[in-house]
Amino acid sequence: MLNVGKLNEGFVLDHIEAGKSMSIYHDLKLDKLDCCVAIIKNARSEKMGKKDIIKVECDIEKLNLDILGFIDCNITVNIIKDGEIVDKKELTLPETIENVIKCKNPRCITSIEQELKQIFILTDKEKKIYRCKYCEEKYGSKR
Amino acid sequence: MRHLISPLDFTVEELDEILDLAGKIEHNPEKYAHACEGKKLATCFYEPSTRTRLSFEAAMMNLGGNVLGFSSANSSSAAKGESVSDTIRMISCYADICAMRHPKEGAPLVASLHSSIPVINAGDGGHQHPTQTITDLLTIKSLKGRLGNLTIGLCGDLKFGRTVHSLIKALTRYDNVKFILISPEELRVPSYIREDVLKANNKEFEEVVTLEEVMPKLDLLYMTRVQKERFFNEEDYVRMKDFYILDKKKMDLAREDMLVLHPLPRVNEISVEVDDDPRAVYFKQVQYGVYARMALILTLLNIKVD
Repeated sequence: MLNVGKLNEGFVLDHIEAGKSMSIYHDLKLDKLDCCVAIIKNARSEKMGKKDIIKVECDIEKLNLDILGFIDCNITVNIIKDGEIVDKKELTLPETIENVIKCKNPRCITSIEQELKQIFILTDKEKKIYRCKYCEEKYGSKR
Repeated sequence: MRHLISPLDFTVEELDEILDLAGKIEHNPEKYAHACEGKKLATCFYEPSTRTRLSFEAAMMNLGGNVLGFSSANSSSAAKGESVSDTIRMISCYADICAMRHPKEGAPLVASLHSSIPVINAGDGGHQHPTQTITDLLTIKSLKGRLGNLTIGLCGDLKFGRTVHSLIKALTRYDNVKFILISPEELRVPSYIREDVLKANNKEFEEVVTLEEVMPKLDLLYMTRVQKERFFNEEDYVRMKDFYILDKKKMDLAREDMLVLHPLPRVNEISVEVDDDPRAVYFKQVQYGVYARMALILTLLNIKVD
């Protein structure tokens, strides 16, 4: 197994579905952070067979991981401080999602005004339904 | 500062106050004739509309105010590529209140987020049309005397008909309202109306295809036009446009005190022979629209008339 060095402070995102790490890298906007990031693809996993792992060395206050709850609640988030796991973050559905997913409704104002933030609001926690803030179209629905 | 973007922006109590004020205006229009002197309403209409724009303008004029604006995207700086947020910032410098119609859903909400004057959604795509809803509620309350204990049939284009979506949302807040949704399969209400509005509020509703079978049950029949501008495909529009035609024969099946409403313009869906039936109140509804918008302008501008 490939070894990636220990983190001093940051996050280890474990149990990511194999192949999803790069999209999560972009969704978390890790490309915009000036910090050390390791992406491990197709690591062996007893539970999942194959999995991806992302290690991020950064100030733990600096990274907002709320979006992970929307992407996949099964991801394990280990919080590292002084080289040790100090906490595991419980993932919940974020109330709003900003600039991660796009509204597909051709009648939505965001379809012609590209500079508008793409904002989705959690309208049904049980059914995990998000709606566009502007046109209220359900994310993922076909009209 | 308040805006009106969705029909649910006002609580039931606030809405009652607006409807009461509209009723007072109807019975004593002179008292309100100078209430908005020195105030300006901007009508920003990015798509054609005769009725709504003129209704807003008439409402402001009846209140002694002035109006300015544009009536199509081509005659505004939108044609030059200006964003809604920039346009409203500019309009905020010219006017005291703005009524906006836009073909894109959510545009008035975007405007309200950047505006320093109250913004009224005068219709955004197939999404919402709250002032039509207030008009509809005022018509029902004035002519039926109540907004609860009603069986209402909504007929026609229930998929893209924004007036229908807004009215359903507003009426779910009153007790004992039963909805009968009459439409071809292809034009049924969107799933969010069925799931998040009707089912979530435990409202009794049924979906049917033919009008005749439900006519005797109705207290109100809300007819709508199949809107050509909402279809991407001409063929689909042609197939749907004459699906329902309300005529004298169908009216004979209805109760004597049933009322027919229509947000207008009508095309073929109500035969002209129905116009003389006292139950056909769609032209009265237009008049109520002016009173409703007068009450709304006064409320949003926070103008009290003693």
